[in-house]
Amino acid sequence: MPSQNPPGSMPSSGPHVALFVTCLVDLFRPSVGFAAVKLLEAAGCRVSVPATQTCCGQPAYNSGDRASAVAIAQATIAALEGFPFIVAPSGSCAGMIKRHYPELLAADRMWGPRAVALADRVFELTQFLAEQCGRTDFGATLDRHCAYHDSCSSLREMGVKQAPRDLLGAVSGLKLTEMAETDACCGFGGTFCVKFPDISNSMAARKVETIAATGADLLLAGDLGCLLNLAGKMKRDGSRIEVRHVAEVLAGMTDEPAIGEASS
Amino acid sequence: MTMVPTSNAFKTNAAGALKDAPLQEALGIAREHSIKTRLGTIAKLPEFEDLRDIGRDLKNHIIAHLDQYLLQFEQEVIKRGGHVHWCPDGESARAKVLEICRSVDARTVTKGKTMIGEEIGINDFLFANGIEPVETDLGEYIIQLRGETPSHIIGPALHVTQAQVEATFRDAHTDLDPKRNLEDPASLMAEARTKLRAGFLKADVGITGANFLIADEGATTIVTNEGNGDLTQTLPRIHIVLASIEKVVPSLKDAMTLLRILARSATGQEQSVYTTFSAGPRRPGDLDGPEQFHVVLIDNGRSAYLGSDFEEMLRCIRCGACLDHCPVYHSVGGHAYGWVYSGPIGSLLNPAIIGIENAKPLPNASSLCGRCESVCPMRIPIPKMLRHWREREFQQALAPQAERSGIRFWAFFARRPLLYRLGTRIAARLLSAMAGKRGRLTNVPLAQGWTRFRDLPAPQGRTFHDQWRARNGS
Repeated sequence: MPSQNPPGSMPSSGPHVALFVTCLVDLFRPSVGFAAVKLLEAAGCRVSVPATQTCCGQPAYNSGDRASAVAIAQATIAALEGFPFIVAPSGSCAGMIKRHYPELLAADRMWGPRAVALADRVFELTQFLAEQCGRTDFGATLDRHCAYHDSCSSLREMGVKQAPRDLLGAVSGLKLTEMAETDACCGFGGTFCVKFPDISNSMAARKVETIAATGADLLLAGDLGCLLNLAGKMKRDGSRIEVRHVAEVLAGMTDEPAIGEASS
Repeated sequence: MTMVPTSNAFKTNAAGALKDAPLQEALGIAREHSIKTRLGTIAKLPEFEDLRDIGRDLKNHIIAHLDQYLLQFEQEVIKRGGHVHWCPDGESARAKVLEICRSVDARTVTKGKTMIGEEIGINDFLFANGIEPVETDLGEYIIQLRGETPSHIIGPALHVTQAQVEATFRDAHTDLDPKRNLEDPASLMAEARTKLRAGFLKADVGITGANFLIADEGATTIVTNEGNGDLTQTLPRIHIVLASIEKVVPSLKDAMTLLRILARSATGQEQSVYTTFSAGPRRPGDLDGPEQFHVVLIDNGRSAYLGSDFEEMLRCIRCGACLDHCPVYHSVGGHAYGWVYSGPIGSLLNPAIIGIENAKPLPNASSLCGRCESVCPMRIPIPKMLRHWREREFQQALAPQAERSGIRFWAFFARRPLLYRLGTRIAARLLSAMAGKRGRLTNVPLAQGWTRFRDLPAPQGRTFHDQWRARNGS
């Protein structure tokens, strides 16, 4: 992928990783993307950002627009398949590429096998760092008390549970308290949260209660969808709990205002 | 005659449910209880996950050989002196039940809990024809008194609080001392039992459902925790079993395999209190049992889904675990779904039985969180099939026009990276500028679905790709 290899990236003999930025990180919180790059490079990876990526296509896929989902899946496969590893700072987008592309394209003789070949090389960020790179300590320090929210797709589609906890366990000064019902959805669900706002709100309210019950002053998760939803809910309700993507903490990049917070 | 679906009014139903304080109280109690008890029981059975695989494979095998096992079941029932009636739909099933009831001039029928009975609206139909149906399951009895339908597959009165049950009993049982103490569950149970016993003795016909039909034994099985099923099927002269076609299993051993998974998934019990088998009418020398044994086998649209994208939903054994773990169900309860089945499995089954055009919101009313699939004892890929319904709605233009256009508009950009970058660059800067230093927006035009209940955290300003390109060249 010579043309896509950014000249500024650290030369490294380690694995060559394509960062799938995700549309939400691209639009709402680019700092998460830069935190991911920093962590991957610290783990010895060479990081590229394929220029033709947009979104994984979940909004179309989950709305029943299969034709659009297929077209976006094909474009995304073409953008990513030249790289040995694909990493996304999101279990949801990684799950879409890993679990759903092969299913979506199963009947296509050309694209089906390409989807399957790509699927094996797709990872969620914390999973890749802890399990593929074997690194959990990135030298970060943060004197805070946090709770960690498992996104449904991270947990159930990507099987990510221990990796973020191992990584956070290595952050000096950081205390983590588990919340009740860690496997319950926060109410985001992509377009679900705007199609059924009152139900989504009721789900978010239950989640926020369990977060508050931990006594944590910082909520972390690996998926920006959940984080935007929970930050939006908590800020509306006047909560003072800060909300951040786990990558920001791991990369020591907590200078940016937290999600939904005012800049000073 | 069958229940008129209000599934298309799901949003209105749900809005009402969210404001219903006693319902929310009942749902909260049920949620915590059911999740905890299931986890407690399966922790004691190390092979539980393996049993789920075995159960799934067994059900797949049955579905592939449904005709064969149903015919075998029929033969064996006849051999034991019973009758099997094949009914393609609710109408034919109702007519058959009425015919059997009339053959003995039945005035009263007792009923065990049966979801297929709800599906075909048997109670209203019998009542309209001068026959009084008496529900014998405590939950069913409560909702019958309240004029309601079940809100949960196995806990029909899950939506009712204890205080409401007390009020219902005081209203209904006017012959009893108004000053009696009904404050604890045991006193409510005792009162219901007294009332129900009279019904058992009066009944000419007993109608039950079936958890399984055992092909090689010609037997039917039900599980209950109250023993009401036993009285319903042994005391009256006639026992009618209502069962949908996918309930058949090859052998007793297979039924046992599924029973081990069923109770644990349903109520968190290792086994239900009563597991009752019925095989034919009373034989000479038998101490009890009905004079006639009828099985009304009902298709009601199921066979149309054999070999389709939706076939796997026929594996369902009606345990209710998906409801118990569904955050949407926890929010709105069962009645919001607007027809017989509720929760994740209801969002698959209701469209299949009453038509997707009559249940359009249901497959969409899910965050696709996948918790249902993670607890389903039959490993039914519920989110995948909800998506299949969404695809059908999209293809058949049943999804709202604005939504379909919106998705296509967005997809147009998502397929064109250069245009997409331009659009996101503008959106990021615009939203960021609108938020100013506050970092969030409280009201965004065209995004009220988001901002009605939540603030919208503002974008940081420049998109990632914009910054990356500036930093690294392109």
